[in-house]
Amino acid sequence: MSSQERTAWLFTAPVLAIIVAVLVLPVTLALALSLTDYSIYALADWDNVRFVGLGNFQELLRTALFWRALANTALFAVLGVPMAIGASLGAALLLHDTTVRWKALWRVALFAPYVTSVVATAVVWRFLLNTRFGLINYALSWLGLPPVDWLGDPHASIPAILLFVTWKIFGYNMIVFTAALSAVPQDLMEAARLDGASRWGRFRHVTLPAIGPTLLLASVMSVAGFLQIFAEPYVMTLGGPAQSTVTVLYFMFDEGFKWWNLGQASAVALILFVLILTITFVETRIGKRNQWL
Amino acid sequence: MGRRRTRAIVANSLVALLTAVTLVPLVWMVTVSFMPRGASSQFPPPFWPERWSWENYYELLVRREIDGAWFDYRVLPALGNSLLIAVLATVLGLLLTIPAGYAFAKLRFTGRERLLKLLIAGLVVPGQVAMLPLFLLFKELGLVNSYAGVILPGLAGIFSVLFVRQAALAIPDEMLDAARLDGASEARIFRSIVLPLLAPITVTLALFLFLGSWNDFLWPLIVLTDQHKYTLPVAVAAIVREHAQDGELMMAASVVTTLPVLLIFLPLQRYYISGLLGGSIKG
Repeated sequence: MSSQERTAWLFTAPVLAIIVAVLVLPVTLALALSLTDYSIYALADWDNVRFVGLGNFQELLRTALFWRALANTALFAVLGVPMAIGASLGAALLLHDTTVRWKALWRVALFAPYVTSVVATAVVWRFLLNTRFGLINYALSWLGLPPVDWLGDPHASIPAILLFVTWKIFGYNMIVFTAALSAVPQDLMEAARLDGASRWGRFRHVTLPAIGPTLLLASVMSVAGFLQIFAEPYVMTLGGPAQSTVTVLYFMFDEGFKWWNLGQASAVALILFVLILTITFVETRIGKRNQWL
Repeated sequence: MGRRRTRAIVANSLVALLTAVTLVPLVWMVTVSFMPRGASSQFPPPFWPERWSWENYYELLVRREIDGAWFDYRVLPALGNSLLIAVLATVLGLLLTIPAGYAFAKLRFTGRERLLKLLIAGLVVPGQVAMLPLFLLFKELGLVNSYAGVILPGLAGIFSVLFVRQAALAIPDEMLDAARLDGASEARIFRSIVLPLLAPITVTLALFLFLGSWNDFLWPLIVLTDQHKYTLPVAVAAIVREHAQDGELMMAASVVTTLPVLLIFLPLQRYYISGLLGGSIKG
């Protein structure tokens, strides 16, 4: 073994060992666990574990709350991705304007929410969204709109949480998009301007094709993020009202660590994993076929 | 020039407005935290305290005896726990992933490309899948409710290794080979040549690791069962479940949780943002 090879193993073995111990091994065990009826009795004594085959999965398909959690999570993603990506793109386009000064300063301020703790800022937003004393309903009252029971009305709860999530994360993709925008070919832009293309026309036919891949990649990664929403409902709504904000991960947490049905919860985790994998795969396939990626 | 001027005014005001709206929640969090108890429950909601008061911080941070019983939110211990855990996670994370990232970029060893492919594939596995079995494993090993139990899963830094590798690829091979010809050992090369070159991304990675650990919620919530071991986010989530009506108190708890990270992020933001772009471009 050469000295280079020895050093390489010395350098990589510790982290590889940890990856095997806390990721590879547990994921494999998750597969096994999902095929058992591991519950609070098994927690006391391993003898109480029985192999149940695909029983957990069949049971889940019969559980109304699981379907509800899937539907809620899908709604989070379907509404949240355009909201968050739209906000990021809007902010990036605004910041990209040549006349805007102190760009670095704005950029940091707009990015700041991203680095804060979800739990702490979710607590803040709970109060911002308060029906009687919240700033948001106060702002609505300026516009002459009636107060909304944001976190108490099952129809408003997901949009309310999404307002918070968008506020928290839009800075991240804003930074990514500003970088992509500065790579838009300027000569092409100038040519389109000389040809009399409108502002919208230039955006549609010059900017959009140039930033398309970045936009798509950001959307694909956002979908996975929205499918993993947990802390926001945990802090802001406890899954309510009327279970309207129970997400898949929230369901998994309750099933696993509140009721200690770890076999059932593992099945939920695997379904989520497969969902994320499939959606990401399909999205990148579509992107590649249309040569966006 | 007139049109350009109007456009400049419109664009600059819009950016300023957007920034103001974005910062309102954070500023409001701070001002409400200084209001006397109950003062924020009015319509229209007050934005500025009529009287600045430290009472929420006092109640939150100081242990008091009421009717013979100790009354304690354990926020100060949680702050200590969070700090200790984040520092350990950062230092250990750097020690583990910087040498590994460099090895994957610059050292030739059998199986390197195959391992690299496996690592990239591993990126798509959401951590939550591992959490349930990991909890059972840690329970058998006695790691539940320990700092090690909180920190360990975060040390499987696939992203960090790939991030360091990406930066290390830019180191010219000639430089390393010249040092080898001069008889420098691999350890010496790593210490004297590679580490200084990787210094900027080390700062970036340290920031990522520290903020990631500080803000982590789901895993600490699962693995920490004793209130005395809670990290700040877990402690705050526990307090809000009981004291949701005490707006001013909760804002103070949020300030204690967010202020440290903002203080670390702001002076180092350049490193954070450049790292974020490096990560996204290689996609």
